[in-house]
Amino acid sequence: MSTLTEAQVRHIAKLARLKLSDEEVKKFTTELTSILAYVDMLKEVDTKNVPPTAQVTGLRSILREDTLRRPTDWPTRDELLATSPLPITDHHIETPSAH
Amino acid sequence: MMLSSLTITVALKKLRAKECTATDLVKSCIERIEKVDNTLNAVVHRNFDRALDEAKKIDMKGDYSAPLAGIPYLAKDVYCEKGVPTTACSNVLRDKQYCPPYDSTTTKRLREAGAISLGKSNTDEFTMGASTETSCFGPARNPWDPTRTAGGSSGGSAAGVAADECLFALGTDTGGSIRLPAGFCGCTGLRVTYGRTSRFGVMSMASSLDTIGPLTKTVEDTAHVLKVIAGKDPYDGTSGDVPVPDYAAGLKNNLKGVRIGIPDEYFIEGILPEAEEKVRDGIKVLRELGAELKQISLPHTKYALATYYVLVPCEVSSNLARYDGVRFGHTVSERDDLRNYYEAVRGTGFSPEGKRRIMVGTYALSAGYYDAYYRQAQRVRTLIIRDFDEAFREVDLVAAPISPGVAFTVGSHANDPVAMYLEDAFMDGAVMGGIPAMSVQCGFVKAPDADTRLPVGLQLMGPQWGEEAVLRAGHAYQTATKWHLEKPVL
Repeated sequence: MSTLTEAQVRHIAKLARLKLSDEEVKKFTTELTSILAYVDMLKEVDTKNVPPTAQVTGLRSILREDTLRRPTDWPTRDELLATSPLPITDHHIETPSAH
Repeated sequence: MMLSSLTITVALKKLRAKECTATDLVKSCIERIEKVDNTLNAVVHRNFDRALDEAKKIDMKGDYSAPLAGIPYLAKDVYCEKGVPTTACSNVLRDKQYCPPYDSTTTKRLREAGAISLGKSNTDEFTMGASTETSCFGPARNPWDPTRTAGGSSGGSAAGVAADECLFALGTDTGGSIRLPAGFCGCTGLRVTYGRTSRFGVMSMASSLDTIGPLTKTVEDTAHVLKVIAGKDPYDGTSGDVPVPDYAAGLKNNLKGVRIGIPDEYFIEGILPEAEEKVRDGIKVLRELGAELKQISLPHTKYALATYYVLVPCEVSSNLARYDGVRFGHTVSERDDLRNYYEAVRGTGFSPEGKRRIMVGTYALSAGYYDAYYRQAQRVRTLIIRDFDEAFREVDLVAAPISPGVAFTVGSHANDPVAMYLEDAFMDGAVMGGIPAMSVQCGFVKAPDADTRLPVGLQLMGPQWGEEAVLRAGHAYQTATKWHLEKPVL
């Protein structure tokens, strides 16, 4: 059975860009361990020579005509930018510095 | 009688006979919402002025020939409607009251068919849950007993339909989010074949499993809505180019020649005995209507939920990456460094369930664990699909319970995420198979822990693209029973 440590939870949270309090780290360590314990039952299934399924539509690489489409009810650039909580300068979002 | 309690079928007849107007219908729904929603918390964004405007326009023309002309509905809070707040019941989008600059294909198709949006219904955050308790607006309540959950994630939609706040509602079903609340609240809820309806403009949770579908008062109404919203959409590459039949015309009041499979794996220990009895009574009715019953086996059923709780968090961790405080909503004041900003925005924005799923997915997809979790779950998914393929060689439909129990008390699973996940134990087989499945009311039982009467749902599953067969069976069942006509007292 997989048991997660607090250090692992901190590492996962970092990969997922989630800031957690010490209390949350404790709580999630227990909870994620119990979730992983539950899904561990999948390991008992014999899947030798069974291909994985990613989707069920049978569709492959849907391409559209290479023509310019701009339906009149589509949002404008400014409408799309307006949903940002950060300052907008010259049609760009000003994000914090990435250093 | 309240107009808001009408079925779509009857309301359309009344509109076309000039016995009522679209404005009357919208006003009746608004009155009902204002009267009962303080108790139910099913509606999270009210769009009443615009709804009244649209109704007025339709009434001025006086033409009710469109398929859903003048019919008011609620959309789950993940369907984008231009200029209408749509927040996935998450603080991530609620904080800056996200107003999408475009329409989802489904709400657009409904508007073109004459339907009128009343507003947005409560859901678990980004549809992640089985009870609407992860909603930032608080849980939707069950109209049969408001101390209990409406189920989830489309709990607001199910409660709204069952309590006559609307004529129908839109939900989404990734892992049971239409069928479970429909079962808990006592309405009709259809999960469609994956790709039958367009997902464009609906906030994604798990893109390989998300489906768009209706919750209604009768199966006949489901047929009317499905006809409008089904079909290929150039904006959703995963929507299938499969002809859309006239579902309502295909309805019959018998099941002669229909073979229905009863899977052993859905009648297991732990299921509430009184609820199982109601489901078995329902199956007897199907036989009396002419169906031939056959015991079948879907041997990998017990792995469906575990498969779901690997694949879905993986897709969640990817889909919810976009909520980073740059393009949408929630933000923080510390802006010295981009990485710290992302972490602070996401750490303060998501609910505990959101964080759980993002982290499980991140872990399962990370180097060293990918094959053990994600790849293995995808292989088990193949085995579940094969079970159904095998079954549908012998039968036309499968009948089963919706869940092991009935609506549970709000807060009862608060400290046990796995107990919450287990509520969906009978939901995820159809999900993994990508097949259609519907919940219809099949009776009431006394709650195991209180003196309340609660609805029980019968689940009907069909083969891929087999909505017609599922609807036919559900409709025949409703012509022979009256459970779907019962109303909660509010």
